Amino acid sequence: MNKIVLPPERANLVNWPEGLTRVPYWVFQDQSVYAEEQRKIFQGPNWHYLALEVELAEPGDFLTAHIGDTPVIVTRDTDNEIYAFENRCAHRGALICLESRGKHRKDFSCVYHAWNYDPQGNLTGVAFKDGIKGKGGMPDSFKMEQHGPRKLRIAIIHGLIFGSFSEDVPSIEEYLGEEILNRIERVLGGRTPVVLGRFTQVLPNNWKLYMENVKDSYHASILHLFFTTFELNRLSMKGGIIVDESGGHHVSYSAIDREAEKDVDYAKQQLRSESEYKLADPSLLESFDEYRDGCTLQILSVFPSFVLQQIQNAIAVRQIVPRAVDRTDLNWTYLGFSDDAPEQRLTRIKQGNLVGPAGYISMEDGCVGGFVQRGVAGASDDHAVLEMGGADANSSESRVTEASVRGFWKAYRANMGL
Amino acid sequence: MTSSVLQYIIEAQAKYSRCIDDDRLEEWPSLFHGPCLYRITTASNYREGLEAGIVFANSRGMLIDRVSALREANIYERQTYRHILGQPSILSEDGAKVRSETSFLVARILQDGDTSIYATGRYFDVYEIADRSAQLQERTVVCDSSRIDTLLALPL
Ligand code: FES
Ligand SMILES: [Fe+2]
Repeated sequence: MNKIVLPPERANLVNWPEGLTRVPYWVFQDQSVYAEEQRKIFQGPNWHYLALEVELAEPGDFLTAHIGDTPVIVTRDTDNEIYAFENRCAHRGALICLESRGKHRKDFSCVYHAWNYDPQGNLTGVAFKDGIKGKGGMPDSFKMEQHGPRKLRIAIIHGLIFGSFSEDVPSIEEYLGEEILNRIERVLGGRTPVVLGRFTQVLPNNWKLYMENVKDSYHASILHLFFTTFELNRLSMKGGIIVDESGGHHVSYSAIDREAEKDVDYAKQQLRSESEYKLADPSLLESFDEYRDGCTLQILSVFPSFVLQQIQNAIAVRQIVPRAVDRTDLNWTYLGFSDDAPEQRLTRIKQGNLVGPAGYISMEDGCVGGFVQRGVAGASDDHAVLEMGGADANSSESRVTEASVRGFWKAYRANMGL
Repeated sequence: MTSSVLQYIIEAQAKYSRCIDDDRLEEWPSLFHGPCLYRITTASNYREGLEAGIVFANSRGMLIDRVSALREANIYERQTYRHILGQPSILSEDGAKVRSETSFLVARILQDGDTSIYATGRYFDVYEIADRSAQLQERTVVCDSSRIDTLLALPL
């Protein structure tokens, strides 16, 4: 794609308007901001989703992932614990592991010069360390225990593995707070997930535009006609948003409110979503009451890059991996649970049509970030307006608000010192 | 016998490709016969036997809904495809039921003229040979890459 983005003047980077209602566009465009995010956010005091515990069910299982730009290896060792370390050889920096996942791994050997690592990331062998026939080899001063890829801290919460490069990051419980924890527990607590599919959607935009979109409960029933017309989510439904104290984590939820079905406010606004539209096969939306709370939708995000989704019976985790200023990988993992009856499993697979790269709902989220990225190409000095629902970043019973988007920027600026 | 079966399958596949590339999506559901199964997945999901699809339809109604959602509900930039198909290989013949595998390459042409290779992969098809034609019953689209650019709107 040909794109001319004029780099903003350096001075603009500090020129962030007061309050949470303005977001300068250079934050989506500037290469130095991107580099700074890698250091301060992705390698900083935050927790990053890595994988599901069930994906590393047995000792010897491993997979590779990314935290921002940084490649990592995640393993389950013979002590049955989960470990993660940077996928970077301590010798001269080559990737240690090239596979995306595998089993029965006792060690990892770098292909370049065969330095060897155990599943915890300790350097255990250096090829020709003592030279050959007394010639060559490493000096005596070289100590293997002083070399190795960076190890991550690991936290597991309801089967979700999170990692952090930071020694200063608070415990995952403290990081998430009780309300967010409860909402994760609601979906995953005490259950054994089963991976039904994994898809990567390549987004033509800055990663933060996707996180804004996830947290934007304002757009849901306007951009997504499918969502609205079939009562998956109307602004007039019961529900609301939860924003944690840091601003960085959020939950948006809604529950069926049959009384509000003929809501006049909605009709008055003459939104696009008023059009007539019927499904030829409505079995797509035949759900089973999984959580017994009438809650048809719960979108939960953890700063900076994790989303847990329940849309009816379509359960998925999404991992956001920035690849460049204007490119982001969105990794979807569709889930069922081990105790699903066959017809429940089929329901989940059918409702998979709602989400992912071809999702009746999610399809638009895949391109709207690109529309913004292209729209603001010549407007680095200008800014977005986030005044829907006020100026704060607090929980609210209305979903006609941008409070959780403001919350994202609150946490982002705290992390970045902006 | 096999040569005419092969010919029927080539004809059915050519018809399918033209239907999508010519933007006659309304006709697409009627290209499926019998129980109807259509699924788009990726090679790594297929290899691991993971059931979920990027698109999953087990009724013709679900295909019709795909088309009406694309026409009336979903927002995406206007685009067209150009399908280039390889020769079908017959995997098995069981009475009138024939399974085949066919490689494809799909270029995506966006409104601004930008043309790119959008997907390559294989069709795993099940046909019933009847009335001197191959009637498509199941199509599993297995994309080679695990990455989908921006979104997948039109069927593959
Ligand atoms: S770079 Fe890994 S052994 Fe040399
Ligand atoms: Fe959305």
